[in-house]
Amino acid sequence: MHRTKVRVATDALDANDTIAAANRADFDRAGVKVVNLMSAPGAGKTTLLEYALSDGIDGVRVGVLEGDVQGRLDADRLSVLHVPVTQLNTDNGFGGECHLDANMVRSALPEIALDEIDMLLIENVGNLVCPAEFRVGEDARAMVASVAEGEDKPLKYPLMFRTCELVIVNKIDLLPYVDFDMEHFLANLDAVNPDAEHVLVSARTGEGVHLVRDWLSEVAAREASPA
Amino acid sequence: MHEMSIASAVVNTAEKHAAGRRVAVVTMTTGALRQVVPASLDFYFEIVARGTLCEGARLEQRIVAARLRCEDCGHEWEPDVPAFRCPGCESAAVEFLGGNELEVESIEIEEEAACTAPR
Repeated sequence: MHRTKVRVATDALDANDTIAAANRADFDRAGVKVVNLMSAPGAGKTTLLEYALSDGIDGVRVGVLEGDVQGRLDADRLSVLHVPVTQLNTDNGFGGECHLDANMVRSALPEIALDEIDMLLIENVGNLVCPAEFRVGEDARAMVASVAEGEDKPLKYPLMFRTCELVIVNKIDLLPYVDFDMEHFLANLDAVNPDAEHVLVSARTGEGVHLVRDWLSEVAAREASPA
Repeated sequence: MHEMSIASAVVNTAEKHAAGRRVAVVTMTTGALRQVVPASLDFYFEIVARGTLCEGARLEQRIVAARLRCEDCGHEWEPDVPAFRCPGCESAAVEFLGGNELEVESIEIEEEAACTAPR
């Protein structure tokens, strides 16, 4: 018996990335831009979408893919907006995973009429850790960080804050009632991701939400990006 | 995080390259910036490998520290806190020289040696 060394040189998440590339190809073929929206549970992703999509985005037909461990609550909330919404439950055959991955998103594609939309918003499972690791074939990543969560979060969850090009600072209507130092938070964000854009919003009062709509319009108008 | 599914992915990749032969060693690089705990990955690898060609194989992880290089002033450094602006010139244009890897580099397989003894 002797041993032979075999070179492998393969990324450990290669299987996920291969499926993400296949998703990307399908999205490109249909001319659909895709945004992966992430945050901690309760930061306000769904409320933000309710507000941002209620008047629509000029010239952009939007569809939503709702990711949750269980239940249709979010899809039901968004369905009143008359945008196509598909609910994806990770406990439906995926072991109740705490994040969406490329395979799960691919499994939902047959239910999404890609040729009837220009942009797909994927609302990921509420989780500041795992979703950041799994590409699903998106064009852009954004996250919602609420002022109720504290100004230290970029330092504690650097991968999530680093992987997003837009950080939506939500619940600014609560600023008078929480100990949140905005300057400190933005300095922490800058340390972890100097390239990130940020906007200050309240999905409850609507303040600043037009900035999110503007960003979505800008993403919809981009040239197709590589997977 | 997710060391069990990463361990599964590592075992699958190793098996694919083993082409039916027993795997003795799996060598991988684990970057410090990936959300992976090396001891946890060792633990799950051993469990997931049972009943596969990787059963009993040794997982060797080469831990790679985060190493950044400033594209503006050329300064290189190893951050021990998640701060990614150049400490020298404050530029945000940084290149990652190391720390983002999560790769199966190679495997060592066991083969029957061809008998070359003279008859």
